[in-house]
Amino acid sequence: MTQLDMPAQAPVLTQDGRPLKASLSRALRREKLRAFVLILPLLAFVLLTFAAPIVDMLLRSVDNSIVPQTLPRTVVALELWDPQTDELPEEPAYAALVEDLREAVAQKMHTRLGSRLNYEQSGFSSLMRKSGRAVETISGSDVKGQLIAADSAWADPQIWRTLKLYSGTTTKGYFLSALDARQTLDGVEMLPEGERIYLMLFGRTLMMSLTITLLCALIGYPVAFLLAQLPMRTSNMLMILVLLPFWTSLLVRTSAWKVLLQQQGVINDMLVWIGLISDGNRLVMMNNATGTIIAMTHILLPFMILPLYSVMKTISPSYMRAARSLGANDWTAFWRIYFPQSVPGIGAGAVLVFILAIGYYITPELVGGTSGIFISNRIAYHISSSLNWGLAAALGALLLIAVLVLFYVYDKVVGIDNVKLG
Amino acid sequence: MANNRGASVRYENVQKSYDGETLVVKNLNLDIPPGEFLTMLGPSGSGKTTCLMMLAGFEPATHGEIFLNNRPINKVPPHKRGIGMVFQNYALFPHMTVAENLAFPLQVRGMSKADQAEKVKRALEMVELGKLGNRRPAQLSGGQQQRVAVARALVFDPELVLMDEPLGALDKQLREQMQYEIKHIHENLGVTVVYVTHDQTEALTMSDRVAVFNDGVIQQLSTPDLLYEEPQNSFVAQFIGENNKLSGQVVSVDNDACEVLVAGGVRLKADKVNVSGAGDATTLSLRPERVELAPERQMDNMLEGRIEELIYLGDHIRVRMTVCGNSEFIVKVRNRSDRRRLDAGEIVPIGWEMKDCKALDAVA
Repeated sequence: MTQLDMPAQAPVLTQDGRPLKASLSRALRREKLRAFVLILPLLAFVLLTFAAPIVDMLLRSVDNSIVPQTLPRTVVALELWDPQTDELPEEPAYAALVEDLREAVAQKMHTRLGSRLNYEQSGFSSLMRKSGRAVETISGSDVKGQLIAADSAWADPQIWRTLKLYSGTTTKGYFLSALDARQTLDGVEMLPEGERIYLMLFGRTLMMSLTITLLCALIGYPVAFLLAQLPMRTSNMLMILVLLPFWTSLLVRTSAWKVLLQQQGVINDMLVWIGLISDGNRLVMMNNATGTIIAMTHILLPFMILPLYSVMKTISPSYMRAARSLGANDWTAFWRIYFPQSVPGIGAGAVLVFILAIGYYITPELVGGTSGIFISNRIAYHISSSLNWGLAAALGALLLIAVLVLFYVYDKVVGIDNVKLG
Repeated sequence: MANNRGASVRYENVQKSYDGETLVVKNLNLDIPPGEFLTMLGPSGSGKTTCLMMLAGFEPATHGEIFLNNRPINKVPPHKRGIGMVFQNYALFPHMTVAENLAFPLQVRGMSKADQAEKVKRALEMVELGKLGNRRPAQLSGGQQQRVAVARALVFDPELVLMDEPLGALDKQLREQMQYEIKHIHENLGVTVVYVTHDQTEALTMSDRVAVFNDGVIQQLSTPDLLYEEPQNSFVAQFIGENNKLSGQVVSVDNDACEVLVAGGVRLKADKVNVSGAGDATTLSLRPERVELAPERQMDNMLEGRIEELIYLGDHIRVRMTVCGNSEFIVKVRNRSDRRRLDAGEIVPIGWEMKDCKALDAVA
């Protein structure tokens, strides 16, 4: 047997005969433990106030446990019923429903159930309130007849179909609504054209965010270039002008744009005064997409300029000199040598601006009107006004997925390694 | 890329000021014939790099004119001057491969793809990097990057190549190797090279002529051997090579020779270089290897010195002595097997010839 036949990876031992790997990890354990203890408070804070609420919110987008919990007997009884037929369920189903409703009324759950099912089929809310009062008086046999007498909706097979369709503990309903679709017995179908809203809003949010990102890059690049070329003293002065908006409240800045953009506002007054437009044709620059794009481009501009500047600062002026000494004119030297090296800055700025823009809420709310609002405004509406948190969660989850997908595509195309934030 | 003719360069009364208050370059006149390897040598802030940048076109001359092949170029932008340049930190384009870097000057000149490839290949072979065309600059060692930078500055057949401290970032061994390589490339191509450095060894090794800069003025312009052996003033004597200084006063002048009274009342015979007559203050300059310890023959100057310190350097021994009140007087003794044993504190006779001792301008 030669040396070559020995196992190639014989473990290296330390002086006392322990494997080197084990000794090394023992030696490093204390360090690791200390590092972990140091980050523990922040980790706990992030988990508690950031990760946990997000997970909870995402779970709400599929949560349907209120139906099987409030109507356990009905759900079991309906298992035997075939929703494809136009027949109503048999007497035991009605009896189970009445019994479930009695308990629900005692716990005041029936109105909440009504709101939940009302998202899927309107009329459920009042049906549940009405039936909740009626079940007190129902007794003896022919529960079916008494319930139908209390509210004729119970004679409609569609009500029972909806009930059966949404009897599981989880539901696709919210996500389908968020995609302008709905569940029917025949599977998923799109809502009629006129009722679709969210896909259009998602599309608009993406398009406007891309527009804003592009505008920020177009406006921010020359500014960052200038800042990077100027001597330190001058560029520091100008940098304050870039940072000034950062130190001003977002609300103040947006309100300032309202003053500037409205039809009786500063910009229109100026244009009328210099005679560019007539008094009757004042430009509509607010409460529409234009207003949102102008205000958000301004607000997000520093997020483009700062990463661009920090990347440009690292590009040595000798590259441009070298290019010119090699025979390139100023434009060629810039385009072939300087610009490619500044692309990581554009990438970083674009990712930052785009991700901030896609979830923006306050500015579109204030200057966006109806044609300039984002999907986030709709999410806020469902959280605070319509209280349909399931739908809000589904919309939020879709937004999150969209961002992650775009991020992945960006990584594949540009490479996230090429992004420099400073 | 055989290019047997370099360009000629002429600076005429060139002055340069950055702030309008002080002159960085003071009335520079310099004539560089075709094919010469000229080095601008000087301490930092002496104006040598500014002179190079004015020639490259990156800094405008405040006054005067620079001629390239007898054509004034003050108003010609850098990219139309056709001058190759090697930068201090190479300035290789990091987002391009080595081959793309080399092809860049050919591309902007509108050369066909096939010609480009051919030229790039030959340039890479010239610097012995034939296989590395597809690497990025960051994947190369410092010496390899240096070669690429040289190849890039030469690939478009310029008649003039400027080098701005190109070897500053390399370690000593590599630097010496590159010095020879650049020298050989220059000899093979015949281009004019203007080379800027603050390293006097580099200047002496590579150049046909060296212009020593100080304070915006060329202190001396001559061949390396003359620079070392016939310094025209104290700055050059001090800046080039090792030098012993002795301050004194000229007592008498006799044609090319003079007699100088130094500290301790000693009269020394010296070569009259930069003094006008009796009574002038002067600094004597004397190379350490020209001093003989315990001379066996009669020499022009013979005196005694006290050994302060002995430093063993292998091929020679540096002996620090006190001579005529100067305790930093260095003598180099060749390390021969029959050399005399020396001890610190010993008083030994020393001597040197008159022609090795230059009477230069006095320094404070």
